[in-house]
Amino acid sequence: MSEINTSIKQPPSIKISSGEYHQRWRLIKDALARYGVVAGGLGVIVAIVLIFFYLLYVIYPLFISATAESVSEYAVPEQALGNTLLLEMEEQNEVGARFTDSGQVVFFETATGKTLLTQAVAIPEGAHITSFAQGSPINEGAVIYGLSDGRAVIAKHQYKVTYPNNVRVITPSLKYPLGEQPLVLDDSGAALEKIAVKVGEDATTIVAKTADTPQGGRIGSLPIATLPTPRDGGSAANGLEPLPPPSLAVAGKIRLINFQKEQSLFADEAALTRTDSVLEQSAAGIADILIDKDESNLYLISNDGQLGFFDISDKSSPAIRQQQNVVDAGQKITSVAFLNGDLSLMIGDSSGLVSQWSMVKDKLNRPAMQKIRSFKVSDKAVVAINAEQRRKGFMTTDADGIVGIYHSTAEREMIKERVSDALPTAAVLSPRANALLVQSADGKMHFWHIDNEHPEVSIKSLWQKVWYESYPKPDYIWQSSSANNDFEPKYSLTPLVFGTLKAAFYAMLVAMPLALMGAIYTAYFMAPGMRQYVKPSIEIMGALPTVILGFLAGLWLAPFMEEHLTGIFALLMIVPVGVMLFAFAWQFLPKAITENISEGWDAAILIPVILLSGWLAFKVSVPLETYLFHGTLQDWLKAEMGIGYDQRNALVVGVAMGFAVIPTIFSIAEDAIFSVPKHLTVGSLALGATPWQTMTRVVLLTASPGIFSAVMIGFGRAVGETMIVLMATGNTPVMDLSVFQGLRTLAANIAVEMPESEVNSTHYRVLFLAALVLFMFTFVFNTLAEVIRQRLREKYSSL
Amino acid sequence: MIRLWFKSGTPWVWLNAAAVSACLIMVVGVLGLILVRGAGHFWPSQVVQFSYQEKDGEIQTIIGEHVDTSITPAAMAKSTGYTMADDEDTLVQYLIKTGNRDITGTDFRWILERNVKQQQFPDELMVVERREWGNFYGRLVAVKENGKAIAEGAQAWPVVQARLDEALTVFKKIAHLEKKEVGAINYSLEQLRLEQKKLQLENLWDTAAEQRIAAEKADLEAEYKKYQTQLSELYQQIKRDSLVAKTESGSEVEIPLNKVVRVFQPNTMSLFDKIVHYGVKLVEFLTDEPREANTEGGIFPAIFGTVMMVLMMSIIVTPFGVIAAVYLREYAKQGFITRLIRISVNNLAGVPSIVYGVFGLGFFVYILGGNIDQLFFPEAAPAPVYGTPGLLWASITLALLTLPVVIVSTEEGLARIPSSMREGSLALGATKLETLWLTVLPMASPAMMTGLILAVARAAGEVAPLMLVGVVKMAPTLPLDGNYPFLHLDRKFMHLGFHIYDVGFQSPNVEAARPLVYATALLLVLVIVGLNLTAIIIRNNLREKYRELEG
Repeated sequence: MSEINTSIKQPPSIKISSGEYHQRWRLIKDALARYGVVAGGLGVIVAIVLIFFYLLYVIYPLFISATAESVSEYAVPEQALGNTLLLEMEEQNEVGARFTDSGQVVFFETATGKTLLTQAVAIPEGAHITSFAQGSPINEGAVIYGLSDGRAVIAKHQYKVTYPNNVRVITPSLKYPLGEQPLVLDDSGAALEKIAVKVGEDATTIVAKTADTPQGGRIGSLPIATLPTPRDGGSAANGLEPLPPPSLAVAGKIRLINFQKEQSLFADEAALTRTDSVLEQSAAGIADILIDKDESNLYLISNDGQLGFFDISDKSSPAIRQQQNVVDAGQKITSVAFLNGDLSLMIGDSSGLVSQWSMVKDKLNRPAMQKIRSFKVSDKAVVAINAEQRRKGFMTTDADGIVGIYHSTAEREMIKERVSDALPTAAVLSPRANALLVQSADGKMHFWHIDNEHPEVSIKSLWQKVWYESYPKPDYIWQSSSANNDFEPKYSLTPLVFGTLKAAFYAMLVAMPLALMGAIYTAYFMAPGMRQYVKPSIEIMGALPTVILGFLAGLWLAPFMEEHLTGIFALLMIVPVGVMLFAFAWQFLPKAITENISEGWDAAILIPVILLSGWLAFKVSVPLETYLFHGTLQDWLKAEMGIGYDQRNALVVGVAMGFAVIPTIFSIAEDAIFSVPKHLTVGSLALGATPWQTMTRVVLLTASPGIFSAVMIGFGRAVGETMIVLMATGNTPVMDLSVFQGLRTLAANIAVEMPESEVNSTHYRVLFLAALVLFMFTFVFNTLAEVIRQRLREKYSSL
Repeated sequence: MIRLWFKSGTPWVWLNAAAVSACLIMVVGVLGLILVRGAGHFWPSQVVQFSYQEKDGEIQTIIGEHVDTSITPAAMAKSTGYTMADDEDTLVQYLIKTGNRDITGTDFRWILERNVKQQQFPDELMVVERREWGNFYGRLVAVKENGKAIAEGAQAWPVVQARLDEALTVFKKIAHLEKKEVGAINYSLEQLRLEQKKLQLENLWDTAAEQRIAAEKADLEAEYKKYQTQLSELYQQIKRDSLVAKTESGSEVEIPLNKVVRVFQPNTMSLFDKIVHYGVKLVEFLTDEPREANTEGGIFPAIFGTVMMVLMMSIIVTPFGVIAAVYLREYAKQGFITRLIRISVNNLAGVPSIVYGVFGLGFFVYILGGNIDQLFFPEAAPAPVYGTPGLLWASITLALLTLPVVIVSTEEGLARIPSSMREGSLALGATKLETLWLTVLPMASPAMMTGLILAVARAAGEVAPLMLVGVVKMAPTLPLDGNYPFLHLDRKFMHLGFHIYDVGFQSPNVEAARPLVYATALLLVLVIVGLNLTAIIIRNNLREKYRELEG
């Protein structure tokens, strides 16, 4: 085009007096058009760059680390009311609550520390608090107070949100789900040293450890200073002190009390059925008790690092499942918490290590606790662990006042900040995990904001094996969402990339031989008369909407293949043989026939041959199948080889997508072969080479870059194809190389999940990441192919 | 000798030829399959009455259309649990469409050929196409008016036809009133509500505005009342008649005529009748709304949606594509930049369509659309107007997707114009723009046309990105209607390709919907193949023309 460009120059300014303005206007228009066109042309680059950067912009927040900033610091509200057993914060991060060891609850503004309300829990006269535990954050803030006389009180803190005058007002209050009257847990009146509760919809389970008592008498007067550790976020530091050694007659017991709500059909009030039992386990040294949210598993943690795992699904006869040491020798357990969902325990020890123990089925299919990962959080003891309430993240507080926020699945450290210089005595993470409160030993309360939107994703969780909760071993899993709130999202892109490559591989296996051989024949051997019709026909094939190919693959080809699987394999063997036989026979046909058919129409003659041998293949396959496999091939594969058969499998995808890719490869390869300069082939033929030798030694070699780029563009198309895989596979994200198994590709995954993903959620951004992966992949392949083709064009023009 | 033959390379040439033949067979096979299955959908097939021996030995009557036959070799049948006699080589099963889903629960059943005792084609068997529960197969017993029989036995047939015609006329009237008139009133009421909210937001809400809006509302409501009375009259009228029919098992069923689309007796139909029936069904398919969760009736909204989207897309893509091509051929200095642009164009063409969908959803819908809503439609909040997938965003996304097609095609056209033409124009004193506008572009217009046609064909068949940016399975309103501003770019629409996916894979009754999917696929294939052939023909003619010019 260079000669055109040099010839087009600005017309010399023509000076005609009559039309001066007109002339100027013409030139202005010309200049404007020039700028407009240049802008338009560069717009194409802008478009592709925009797509790239937009995708990048959406996924960027996945990989930035979280931030935390201090909002305010103030004196602990109502310090005179006792030490903090538990700190709490409500949904909006506006109201905090401090549960004190004197049975008071102080509600205060989290931002300023202003006391909003002080309320006393209904503790009966003559008794005092000896133990305390939190129900669970999910159970709307239930707490239990164990008393010195063997009784306990369950209270709940609630927050009502109202909007008078369009201003949000949050009113805290206390409730008693099982009544204000204390529950008698130990008839003999022994003090409850440790206690745990789970308040559910229909059932409430309490587990309490009673103190050692002298015969018949009560001790019931433990000083409050030796108050045991509250399970969750309480003043863990003083809980470390061991209890005075038992020197008395009756040893403490671990009691299990369950209240089942029986809703009778006619009565409004539900009756409570109580079940009592005692665990056959020494109560000595038990430091912490945990009950999971189904109230079927119980965990007892002792100071020396022992974890007892009990099955309490039958409340009248609790049974031990496992007892094992969970920390390194010489270390002590300093804090324990459930991870959201109550499937994993996070155990922090005195060396600053937090390990995740999850229930995994062992070889005998029995549930057992197993360590699935651990985090080195600090060099000091981990004094508190708080789990996030909606994700699998957790917050740790160490003895140095350093707070860390981690995500278990992604194994990511999100935040590590020193919150206070003094020893922290209580800490809480807000329900939305976007704020935290820490109380320190110097009487200060620290309120921080956290910005931690996407902790679930890390390079490891995307591409490597991850050990998910309740899975027997680390694995690659894509499972992005589920109905329940405490689901662990599994964002492994590996099975999707695997599925994509598998589908593309089988498609190329079908498409490459057909397209390349077809291109060779069409470009070099075919008669021009026939080529004129063949090329458009195959181009039409490329224009067929993929939704139609997918629909045919899913609803016609997949059932057909299931029924005629042997026939398909017979086809692959019989048709080439049939063609060869026919070709061999051809040379013996009388000249009168062969000469009537002009050269280069072989493909047309072969159509009936292929149809006939194809029909034969299906005919033969039925007795063959009966004879070889005594039934269907699928059953044989299942029984003999252990290979399962999905109706919508990789073979169906391979054929359907192969069909879609053939035209792309065919037309580029055909162009490359056809435009090999004639003098090269003529020269070769003149030197005595056969047409086939010329083809393989001269033409193919010259055109090989073009063929290579055709294959790459075809591969790029197969990788990004959506509708065919969506419709022709079961879309199960499994990693199985078998040709008879389904798969899920990146593109189909986006099509399936994108409409349902919440905007700007982690899932949404991960899907964008999948799109970016596809984009980058095809970008690299196409650019490479294009560069090769441009080189080839230059080479041809120089030849 | 065989070795010599192999050495000559001839067998490889033949094998290569076979690859071409195989490709051709595949293309023709796929097109043929769609053609046969799709075109056969509307042909009224015979209704068969089988005397069938059930498993327990009882003989039963089964009435229905014979849809499919499956032949299984004896060994395989045995392995799936059938008992086979020694002399039986194959197990033959028929798939019968028995209809009457409201009574039996299913539309289809498989029967064994060997248990069929008798097969008849009685004339009086009738097919009732219903608006609910699919087809009904059985015998006509009587026609009722207000619950009283007015015709029975042989006289009933002409009466039911006449009464059905009446009912259909009333049905059309009802549909018109509900969709057009009442729909327009509802639309106006919604507009009034938005106007009120807008005035309130802008603090312009005073007594004058309040009175005006109240008056308009009252007018609309009065009008609505008027239509309401008309409608209730029509409903009375359409509920008057019903037909009584006997099922295969002999029980009698009363079907109100307002639920009936068509009644016919295929076994008595002559060839001409069948052709007429075919034509009527075809017209219904092309012009009617879908029924029964898209598995029956027409696909008009899908055709309309596809056409609207493609038109919008063409309006957007043509100028951009042509300008980019003109830049590449006429303005740019061939060098690094043009090379970069060509690579970009090729990349745009190679990017998977779903990525365009993702980009469209994130950038156009949420960012552009969300901001447009905030700026121009604050009164609609929290309901999105443009901040949700819709026709406009779908068109723009597909315009981006088809841009490379238009660029490449136009560029090819421009390259074929001999430079003598441009030089001549410039030599006569025309500016570059004038040369371009008056000489080059008119000559290149067929090439642009080709590009546009190919782009349209691509867009019409593309589904994956549309699933994210605006296509729905059932759009209650068309994007173009009689309510101001007539063209509603924010609305969601239906699309032929998505219709195929949705009905074929997401519908609860895939077996019943399959013929319709084939018919839809046929329509789509015809449109796309037609467009592509047109493009190819134009391109070939163009090449001829320029060859002459060059010569």
